[in-house]
Amino acid sequence: MLYREAGQFKTTYAEDMAIFPIHQDRIALAILLGIAFIGVPLLADFDIWPFGSDYLLRAILLPFLILALAAIGVNILVGYCGQISLGSGAFMAVGAYSAYKLGTGVHIPLAWLGFAISIPPLPVLLSILLGGLTAAVVGILFGIPSLRIKGLYLAVATLAAQFFFDWVFLRVAWFTNYAPSGSVNAPTLDFFGLNVGTPIERYMLCLIFVTVFAFLAKNLVRGNLGRQWMAIRDMDIAAELIGIRPLYAKLTAFAVSSFIIGVAGALWAFVYLGSWEPLAFSIERSLQLLFMVIIGGLGSIMGSFIGAAFILILPIMLNLLPTQLGVPLSTETITHLEFIIFGSLICYLLIKEPHGFARLISIGKEKLRLWPFPY
Amino acid sequence: MIALGQFLEVLIGGLMSGVLYSLVALGFVLIFKASGVFNFAQGAMVLLAGLALVRSLDLLVANGFPLWVAIVLGIGFAAVIMAITAWLIERFVIGPLVNQDGLTLFMSTIGVTFILEGAAQMIFGSGSYPLRLFPTDAWFLFDNLFPGGILVNKLDVWGGFIAGILVAGLAIFFQQTKTGRALRAVADDHMAAQSVGIPIGWIWFVVWLVAGLVALVAATVWGTKLGVQFSITFLALKALPVLIIGGLTSVPGAIVGGLIVGAGEKIAEVFLGSYIGGGIEYWFAYVLALAVLLVRPQGLFGERIIARV
Repeated sequence: MLYREAGQFKTTYAEDMAIFPIHQDRIALAILLGIAFIGVPLLADFDIWPFGSDYLLRAILLPFLILALAAIGVNILVGYCGQISLGSGAFMAVGAYSAYKLGTGVHIPLAWLGFAISIPPLPVLLSILLGGLTAAVVGILFGIPSLRIKGLYLAVATLAAQFFFDWVFLRVAWFTNYAPSGSVNAPTLDFFGLNVGTPIERYMLCLIFVTVFAFLAKNLVRGNLGRQWMAIRDMDIAAELIGIRPLYAKLTAFAVSSFIIGVAGALWAFVYLGSWEPLAFSIERSLQLLFMVIIGGLGSIMGSFIGAAFILILPIMLNLLPTQLGVPLSTETITHLEFIIFGSLICYLLIKEPHGFARLISIGKEKLRLWPFPY
Repeated sequence: MIALGQFLEVLIGGLMSGVLYSLVALGFVLIFKASGVFNFAQGAMVLLAGLALVRSLDLLVANGFPLWVAIVLGIGFAAVIMAITAWLIERFVIGPLVNQDGLTLFMSTIGVTFILEGAAQMIFGSGSYPLRLFPTDAWFLFDNLFPGGILVNKLDVWGGFIAGILVAGLAIFFQQTKTGRALRAVADDHMAAQSVGIPIGWIWFVVWLVAGLVALVAATVWGTKLGVQFSITFLALKALPVLIIGGLTSVPGAIVGGLIVGAGEKIAEVFLGSYIGGGIEYWFAYVLALAVLLVRPQGLFGERIIARV
């Protein structure tokens, strides 16, 4: 009854092609954004449980936002362009470390030439974005094999990126500014003179990033470029025959995806972790991101958010539930259970609903359109 | 002439550890050949087989069985576990996904990896368990030719020996038995195989079982070398570049690829590592695989991929 588009007439082409053509969708989105932008800070300000505690913001909402952003990046590559990648963690690391280097000043001594290249420390915002850009360049480099190989072979090629960069950031001391322990600290988060320190400020910062990039990504994938990616994904030979250049389409997918993942990596390091070491971006991170995308829905921006939320919240629930039920389980058992449940869910979803939770939601929407009548 | 002796020692050590990579890679190749599934779970299967073996062995020995009885029973128990696993995977994961594209199947095996890792550790414990089936001391060869001789680990020799037997056995199985012929038929064309009356579900079960048994063999050797522990699953990741280099569909390719990777990474580590910071072993195989992919995507021995990209 409530969710019905009858009577919403589109009179112009622009209206018909709007990003959210259904009125109710726009309202729902506005409410959601309102809660995220105004509701959460207000609740936190008035100390209303559970928003008053730092725990929710710091341990759930912050990683959720950043990983959702990374998942959007992965989704562009895997879900929209169909190029499987197991190297997302590496691209996050590239984003994080290049942002770190740019944020703390780059100094390249060229002793044999007799001079050194020095770049003074850049503002944080700029270094995060440039970190994303560096990740994009690296992404293009590791995307080049995708022009000759596909599918599983490409997965192994991206795995090479993962292990190579793990090693680079662990062993090449230049990237960590010769920190003896190998772990580095983020520069102070100074945005146009505003110091972002408290959890709620960090939350707002990430929220802004995520909102902007989600809208950009949503518009990108329904535009010319996104349709090229999807054509390549669905059938590359047919796409080539109708005039899509695989080189251009694939490499742009790698670039855009790595850019977003790189920005997410920089945020993860700067805003969430604060101080980190290469282990933060290991192969487990890559697999986690891939699962978020599969569970949430391949080829869906909204799915990336659902997948990120699900993968983050499931372990927390698994930790809470047994104690609530009075069946104490050891942390080890919980970790193993988590493994089993994740694995089963992935298999189940791949068999029953290959398009993930996002598909379930759109099926729900279809049902809602007719409700309460059967047709 | 320090270089030649040292070089030979490094080369032999590398080749021998390469044999161990080959053991894991063999499991991949078998499944890929017969069902077109790229089995990410092979490393988890090695872990499961190893844990089942070592835990049952410990239990039997603790209960006073003589060692050889314990070993026979333990291997039998682990084999049964692998058979059950193979049946479950075929019945609940791969079976329902018949005719899906390779990517979906690949991702489902990532799911299987997680299930196996979680279940194996929950049932059999998650510590590190030493396994003593093979001698682990070393021989010194040619000490009349080189000062100090060449150090060769007995375990590595055993590993090579076992891998040889395994390959010979698999070759006979594939070429001479009825099931082996059916396997090759299924690999060639699912539909055609089904229409001449080959039960595809049974064949896939056999394939996963054989891969599980290969995993068990790999687990005995690796377990003796490193102890049975969680980190054994990372072997699967090391076996991927081996596959790419050797070719996904070739049994000899898995062996040769393993040898190349093993020898290459040890030599690179010893002779180049000191210049660029060490730890090259970590990524050498992958970068080698990347180079092979760019030049010769089908690998050294693989079938030519006709699909155009």
